[in-house]
Amino acid sequence: MSDKLLKVQDLKIGATVYPPGEKPHDIGIVHGVSFEVEKGKVLGLIGESGAGKSTIGLASMAYGRGGVKITGGEVWVNGRDILKTSNSDVRALRGGEVTYVSQSAAASFNPAKKIMDQVIEAAILQGKFSKKEAERRAVELFRKLGLPDPENIGNRYPHQVSGGQLQRCMTALALCPEPDLVVFDEPTTALDVTTQIDVLMAIKEAIRDTGVAALYITHDLAVVAQVSDDILVLKMGDMVEYGSVDQIINNPQEEYTKALVSVRSIEHAEKTPTPSPILKVQNITARYKGTNFDVLKNISVELHPGQTLAVVGESGSGKSTLARVITGLLPQGNGSVHFSGRDLSKDLAGRSKEDLRELQMIYQMADVAMNPRQTVGTIIGRPLEFYFGLRGAEKRKRIVELLDEIEMGEGFIDRYPAELSGGQKQRVCIARALAAKPKMIICDEVTSALDPLVADGILKLLLDLQKIEDVAYLFITHDLATVKAIADSIAVMYQGEVVRYGGKTDVLSPPFDDYTDLLLSSVPEMKLGWLEEVIANRKMESAGN
Amino acid sequence: MRIPIAALIGLIFTFAYFFVAIFAPWIAPYSMAEVVSRDVWLPPSSEFLLGTDNLGRDLLSRMIYGGRTTIFIATAATILSFTTGSILGFLAAVLGGWADQAMSRFVDLIMSIPSLIFALVVLSVMPVTVPVLIVVMGLLDSTRVYRLARAVAVDINVMDYVEAAKLRGEGRGWIIFREILPNALSPLIAEMGLRFIFMVLFVSTLSFLGLGVQPPQADWGGIVKENADGIVYGIGAALYPAVAIATLAISVNLVADWILNRTTSLKGGRG
Repeated sequence: MSDKLLKVQDLKIGATVYPPGEKPHDIGIVHGVSFEVEKGKVLGLIGESGAGKSTIGLASMAYGRGGVKITGGEVWVNGRDILKTSNSDVRALRGGEVTYVSQSAAASFNPAKKIMDQVIEAAILQGKFSKKEAERRAVELFRKLGLPDPENIGNRYPHQVSGGQLQRCMTALALCPEPDLVVFDEPTTALDVTTQIDVLMAIKEAIRDTGVAALYITHDLAVVAQVSDDILVLKMGDMVEYGSVDQIINNPQEEYTKALVSVRSIEHAEKTPTPSPILKVQNITARYKGTNFDVLKNISVELHPGQTLAVVGESGSGKSTLARVITGLLPQGNGSVHFSGRDLSKDLAGRSKEDLRELQMIYQMADVAMNPRQTVGTIIGRPLEFYFGLRGAEKRKRIVELLDEIEMGEGFIDRYPAELSGGQKQRVCIARALAAKPKMIICDEVTSALDPLVADGILKLLLDLQKIEDVAYLFITHDLATVKAIADSIAVMYQGEVVRYGGKTDVLSPPFDDYTDLLLSSVPEMKLGWLEEVIANRKMESAGN
Repeated sequence: MRIPIAALIGLIFTFAYFFVAIFAPWIAPYSMAEVVSRDVWLPPSSEFLLGTDNLGRDLLSRMIYGGRTTIFIATAATILSFTTGSILGFLAAVLGGWADQAMSRFVDLIMSIPSLIFALVVLSVMPVTVPVLIVVMGLLDSTRVYRLARAVAVDINVMDYVEAAKLRGEGRGWIIFREILPNALSPLIAEMGLRFIFMVLFVSTLSFLGLGVQPPQADWGGIVKENADGIVYGIGAALYPAVAIATLAISVNLVADWILNRTTSLKGGRG
């Protein structure tokens, strides 16, 4: 047992579910998982949502979220089974021997307290350090994690630092009590790609320098490949594959792991522009009411019928604002939107029903893009009724056709959104857009809330539908892998301007401007040592610093 | 479908009160204003189950007819206040801008005056009849419903599905009644139970002060007023309406809780 810091054996976790109209009953959410972590090693836990990753991570602190019960198995930390030990021992364990870094640092820090007070709190409560010592250690960790002005950053409040910095502060918080094990629960998922890379590097170096062991939980295999020694692949609470990073990435055995490794490998050949674009955005500037800052500065782009224009950039670059201008939700200050041979009115009220029908939109969060009190049939049927006056059997026939097109089928017609999976929800949103027989669909980050395999399915569906319906997509995303997969032309946006624009091949071939280079190089690749390579070669620091 | 025991108790009591209110003339042993005994404040007996009141009328019959009046007024006023309040609240949320400002500030203005005082002032210059009572109480209370409805609708109005409906070109009617209303229903229904009880208390208070239901018509607040003097002599006649109001309040709340629970865990509920 000496070098096995954490040893989990046949861990079983259950929860009580309360399905509507049925009696509450218990279900298993983790079915007998076993793994080990040695001192100073990092184990990556990977799987889609619902795989039980976070639940296992928390169980290694002898904790179960509300309603979750650890029903069997053993969790050994430093030679004792923490599931059977006393409450006071567990209290010493949490925040002392084992610490936790959550996905959303912004939601986890208390906004009313200074960062330093929160970082040193656990170390002092555990009696590991005096306040002075803890503060000294915190400053040292801030420096190690590459935070600017490490002496004073602790005096700031959480809202006074950027998202990437706050995530690093959280890592400092976890490392401050000199734990033996840190559980990282998707620490970079909520960050922009260019910020993610800095945080990843900081975490990796901190792990190496402090010699702490870690559980690294993520859904992104490319990310976990950069920081882990071993990887455990989970699916629906079952172990799929367990092995070294090298083996999992380069020589996966199970079908599921192979699918995860080869995700984002859709091939799409660029189409050549046609003489008459369906959408022509000219010299658009826009600002939000009550501000004097242009969110969009002189934007001009074109989209050709049946093709895809990808608008890429980090959060805050103005991508979604561009969509709001095109749809008429935010009237532009200057410039014009030329669509399907006519000029579109600046604001929504001035557009004809035909304008609205031909320009549809699909949202990032399919959950909130559908009325939870309407059935799939109503959601898809409404545009049919509204634009084409279809009723009764005729309408139902068309709904079924659309459901077939999105590969779901008639059985879903009476379901409510809450009864669908994330991918199915997004498919229904696609069907709703298609129901209007649009010439163009704006897709606003439509795959970024989905698991990689599901996202792949959605992208393939969108490409297939484009061939059948000859619809053009304006595809807003921050994910370059998605862009490579589906775009014909690309506009790279940075701080409200288009910094690079053209056909896919041109935009993605050197020479690059500095920002495009940073963006391109920040997309995690499924190979070992990629992180170090990028940090060594890039030309520009990310905006998060 | 299984009904929890608390909700069942609430449902039985509420149903019983409404049943008695609707069929009062068939259930009451005597008529409402008939003096049946020369003795006032008789103790309960087999002839007069709750005894007699300050004028020698049968107290049970007074209570039954009084319940009918009180529950009818409270129900009508609640319906009025919910229709007005929620439609205006939704409209304010959907329209936004100056229309919202104008309506909301006007509501603030009304709410800054205590509603009891406001009602007393209005009722002292207007003829005190049942329709007037209902309108005054309903409109005064609709300000509170307006606030709740507007707050809930503002939240829903920024959801992507409402934006999608706007982009589709839907009119305000569809957005209010098909997108917002179904999702705002559960907080509104829960509030409805509370407002109904508030209405019962409101009309009883007004009657107790003499500006509500006018004698000889019976209502619970009025019965308290008529028999209040009896308390000095240890006569509990004034307590019956108080107990009636309390049990009705608790029952309706139990039912409202249960409805709230059911609607939020319904298929497609919001959580």
